[in-house]
Amino acid sequence: MSAALVVLASFLASTVEMVEALTIVLAVGVTRGWRSALTGVGAALAVLAAVIVVLGPALTLIPIDALRVVVGALLLIFGLQWLRKAILRAAGLKAIHDEDAIYAEEVREAREAGPEERAGIDWYAFTVAFKGVLLEGLEVVFIVVTFGSAQHAVGAAALGAAVAVVAVAGVGVVIHAPLSRVPENTLKFAVGVMLTSFGTFWGGEGVGVHWPGNEAALPFVIAFFAVVAVAFVWAARRFGPTVVPVEAVAA
Amino acid sequence: MKRLRAFGAFWYDFVVGDDWRVAVGVVVLLGLTALVADHSVPAWWLLPLGVTAILAGSLWRVVRLRR
Repeated sequence: MSAALVVLASFLASTVEMVEALTIVLAVGVTRGWRSALTGVGAALAVLAAVIVVLGPALTLIPIDALRVVVGALLLIFGLQWLRKAILRAAGLKAIHDEDAIYAEEVREAREAGPEERAGIDWYAFTVAFKGVLLEGLEVVFIVVTFGSAQHAVGAAALGAAVAVVAVAGVGVVIHAPLSRVPENTLKFAVGVMLTSFGTFWGGEGVGVHWPGNEAALPFVIAFFAVVAVAFVWAARRFGPTVVPVEAVAA
Repeated sequence: MKRLRAFGAFWYDFVVGDDWRVAVGVVVLLGLTALVADHSVPAWWLLPLGVTAILAGSLWRVVRLRR
């Protein structure tokens, strides 16, 4: 059960991050040329893979209870960030992430940037694609490594992430446009709920909590936080400030 | 020095994010839960309720600022 949830959480989180990375790569690829952009993507993926290969096995050497306290705390802090932003966006108190607007902004910047060639590649396209994939991918690596180590399921977490990378890249190649129809905030909401739930569960186990039914308690923890998050969206809409139209942001 | 500061700022933003009180709250809550669990008292309910309170506090601060 929890291995399936690990795959699902890793897949959803990776999908969100890869959609954001795809927008950046598409913008520089279309504007400045694909060779340099894809070289940047390849370099970033190599760095991310190296981080997983080094950190994944290293973390499994730490005693499981200590590891779960650290991983639980990190996932809770990280998950609450995701959930908080998703709730604020769903309640209309924070600007929605608009992939079309971000794409247009990236294309404009790529056109305005001057030519600079290093080692035979367009340096602007390389660095923008490299940074985009590396920064978005770091969150995926964080989730894969923490999920994998706390549950001894690096493979399951990596599988979820890999499927998301292939799926998003595949759709991107076919439609050749930013995936603005992907319901990003809904996915972020779901990921926030899952990260917060896993963080609560593992953090609790690490500090000596005995969950009723052991691992069977995890779906109930997820359901609890899903209900709490929906209730907070309702409360923020009902009792929060008057909702103002939000603009798309390019960040 | 500038690069070191930027590196630190990146990781702070990456892990802690917009509201440092959430990170502090999580650490305090886990410590409190460990203390309760150590006294053979059922402590499983404490974390979901505590996390809900931390999230509520963080959201409330945003809503209050926007008013």
